[in-house]
Amino acid sequence: MTAYIGTPASRIDGRAKVTGEARYAADFNEQNLVYGAVVASTIPKGRIKHIDVSQALRVAGVLKVLTHQDRPQMAADDDAYKDDVAPEEGSPYRPLYDDKILFNGQPLALVLADDWETARFAATLVQVDYDAAPYVTDLQAQLSTAYVVPKPEKPRGDAAKAYAAAQVRHEAEYFIPTEYHNPMELFASTVHVDGAGKLTVYDKTQGVQNVQGYLSKIFAGSVQEFRVISPFVGGAFGAGLRPQYQVVLTVLGALALDRSVRLVLTRQQMYALGYRPATIERLALGANADGTLAAINHEAIAVTSQFEEFSRNDTGWSGLLYKSPNTKFVHKLVRLDVPTSSDMRAPGAATGVYALESAMDELAVALDIDPLELRLRCYSDRDQNENLPYTSKALHECYRQGADAFGWSQRNPKPRSMRDGADLVGWGMATGVWEALQMPVAARIVLTANGHAEVSCAASDIGTGTYTIVAQVAADKLGLPIENISVKLADSTLPQAPVEGGSWMAASASHAVASVADDIRDELLKLAKAVSGSPLAGAAGADVTLAGGRLVSRKDAGRAMSISDLMRHGGLDRMTKEKLNTFAQDHSHARNTHSAIYAEVKVDEQLGVIRVTRVVSAVAAGRILNPKTAGSQVMGSVVGGIGMALHEEAVYDHAFGRIMNANVAEYHMPVNADVHDIKVIFVDEPDDQVNPLGIKGVGEIGIVGVAAAIANAVYHATGKRVRDLPITLDKLKA
Amino acid sequence: MARATAREPVQDPIPIPEKISIQITVNGKATELKVAPWTTLLDALRDRLDLTGTKKGCDHGQCGACTVLVDGRRIVSCLTLAVMKDGAQIVTVEGLAKDGELHPVQQAFIDHDAFQCGYCTPGQICSAVGLLAEGKAKSADEIRELMSGNICRCGAYPNIVAAIQQAMGRS
Ligand code: FES
Ligand code: FES
Repeated sequence: MTAYIGTPASRIDGRAKVTGEARYAADFNEQNLVYGAVVASTIPKGRIKHIDVSQALRVAGVLKVLTHQDRPQMAADDDAYKDDVAPEEGSPYRPLYDDKILFNGQPLALVLADDWETARFAATLVQVDYDAAPYVTDLQAQLSTAYVVPKPEKPRGDAAKAYAAAQVRHEAEYFIPTEYHNPMELFASTVHVDGAGKLTVYDKTQGVQNVQGYLSKIFAGSVQEFRVISPFVGGAFGAGLRPQYQVVLTVLGALALDRSVRLVLTRQQMYALGYRPATIERLALGANADGTLAAINHEAIAVTSQFEEFSRNDTGWSGLLYKSPNTKFVHKLVRLDVPTSSDMRAPGAATGVYALESAMDELAVALDIDPLELRLRCYSDRDQNENLPYTSKALHECYRQGADAFGWSQRNPKPRSMRDGADLVGWGMATGVWEALQMPVAARIVLTANGHAEVSCAASDIGTGTYTIVAQVAADKLGLPIENISVKLADSTLPQAPVEGGSWMAASASHAVASVADDIRDELLKLAKAVSGSPLAGAAGADVTLAGGRLVSRKDAGRAMSISDLMRHGGLDRMTKEKLNTFAQDHSHARNTHSAIYAEVKVDEQLGVIRVTRVVSAVAAGRILNPKTAGSQVMGSVVGGIGMALHEEAVYDHAFGRIMNANVAEYHMPVNADVHDIKVIFVDEPDDQVNPLGIKGVGEIGIVGVAAAIANAVYHATGKRVRDLPITLDKLKA
Repeated sequence: MARATAREPVQDPIPIPEKISIQITVNGKATELKVAPWTTLLDALRDRLDLTGTKKGCDHGQCGACTVLVDGRRIVSCLTLAVMKDGAQIVTVEGLAKDGELHPVQQAFIDHDAFQCGYCTPGQICSAVGLLAEGKAKSADEIRELMSGNICRCGAYPNIVAAIQQAMGRS
């Protein structure tokens, strides 16, 4: 029964979001709330010699100033600070813990006052005396310190030799600068003191249970129970996977005063949180004259902090896309005096595939082959890294449908050959790839006799549409109209869910709901069998289904009983079922999503101003639960890719070890006028192997390859190859 | 319930600005408010009047999340001190629906999925309502240009433009 799955249902939380009723972490008000303001470090490394809070304390309305010397008790072991998604290696940063300064913008004090303005003013009066230490913040200057981190992708053949012997070669270095997620919502926490050692924490996070576990460890000595709630999250893109420092500070404030406290970071302070690490990508591709690959060499050098080792897979993606008998992958890290880098939308792939797909474009030029044709000649039906078949891979269709919709066949391959008035026109394309991951998730359904159901789970909806798809799956599985389904998410007391990330939540939550709905069905069947003369007497669970508010025989729709009758017979007002769904471990297939992106740019020949006028993104991601919300995810990812290609870069002043453009005006992000025509195509990709419902997830795939398609289009328009992102007019005119 | 925490009285305190009484009409309701001159209209709405629909995304006039309508014109409330608006008529996202019926712009945002996380949405919607009243934007390009003060990091821009076009057709 699929009345809702696969349909473009409008978001069930849409009304709350357009009326302002949706409450985010900083929106949970309470009488007598205390407000915090952070005093942040202005040096990247050293020690606090002395911190003078006396002036701040003189301000009328200031209640307290917390520092590492004056704060409630916190755990003293690394393990307490390791959240569910902390890097395995390293020692996590401990907010307000001691006098050590590990990065610029690190919180050194928390001013607590009756209102926000007073706290902010008093924070400016806190005097910090530093013992500054030498620091490093420049990746390029520290390349000699790069060290190799092991990655699972194995080499094949002898890539160096094959490259040297190849008929056609392309070698180049690409660069992606530090990028920030910059969700529109400021990181914030509101901690309500409920009494009896219980704290309710409204937090901006992608994982309430991750934050709950983290806080419980850090404050094991002082807090009996944390409840973490985050019903609405104003974007995150990875920034909210790990608990951020404001939540620890807010709890400290609440404990110090025994009062409810709110702390909202400033936009500038958010630049001391995680970020997409600046990465150097070196590609050396060797090809045969027929356009098949002989060698892929891919080396990535990325930034991590001095105290934790964060890295993702940048280099292995070619093995999923292209046949090559010889490959070599190397991933290196450089440690800088900065916060730890973090996951940001399609971590590793957004950067690594940008380089790979730019290099493929350059190889196509060297071979004098159409860039799409080159991809087709190198196409791989197997995951080359693991030598496995795919559960499904409709990338061919993505290439074809995308090319048709875009009009790729009309492309004149010569750079600078296409024009529109004063503008040079360029058409570029690229491939995208991501993983189809799935995780254990539990869900609870409470079915009431009047045919309403409440579905709940600790999973988050960070704008992805989780509320809506959960309702769609539940409505179909329970055979009820979607209006009769209510969904509760993102409360740590609800059934288990991991952080929302990696594109795994759609598949994971859907199967959790489907599986507990089967339990409801089975329980109803039990009730049906207990009724004398039951029309469903001989039926097994698989023989019946829930439809139209009734339990119905699949074979004979005439044999049915209504939910309300069954519950009445059983003497039940409500029926509650909860179940943890896990996925069978199957290592016989690779599970991936794919995409083909086609981009058109127009470049003002005189000024070098670049506009992305058209993008077609054709995505193969298994079954699409809701083309409306999934379409928005891909569209938004394309916008992120436009930002990556043309706008985004955190600019460091290495003389101070500080970011100069730590705001949303000078850290450029696409605005409405930067975005034109974006067409999203979901290619049909039936897949009953990836999981029973055939769902792969679309949160990341939409951004992968977009920057490359645009960079390739800019080359096609201008004849100039800019490999350093973002592609700005000064680089184009240089 | 929260308890008040006493603090030892401070010798020689640094004073904070005294609160001033202002009268504003918010979403049709006459409201008297005592605010310090350093309080922005945004913070007054959110922290004092519990109108948290209006969002803070930067506090610097850079993002548009805090857009509200003051005397019918769209402004960023984070760059506006509350005391400057004594006597003004203010409409926030909470004041757009009438008797439970959504404003055409609100409905169009739902229809076109013109948001994901929803955080920029109150600002986008107020900005769009202001834009319609200005009557300057006719084409999609003009809408894009005149809505560029409202950043949407979720990247819903094409859907926002489509939603505004729908609302234009209706109003
Ligand atoms: S919060 Fe006012 S413009 Fe960003
Ligand atoms: S909907 Fe998330 S920022 Fe616009």
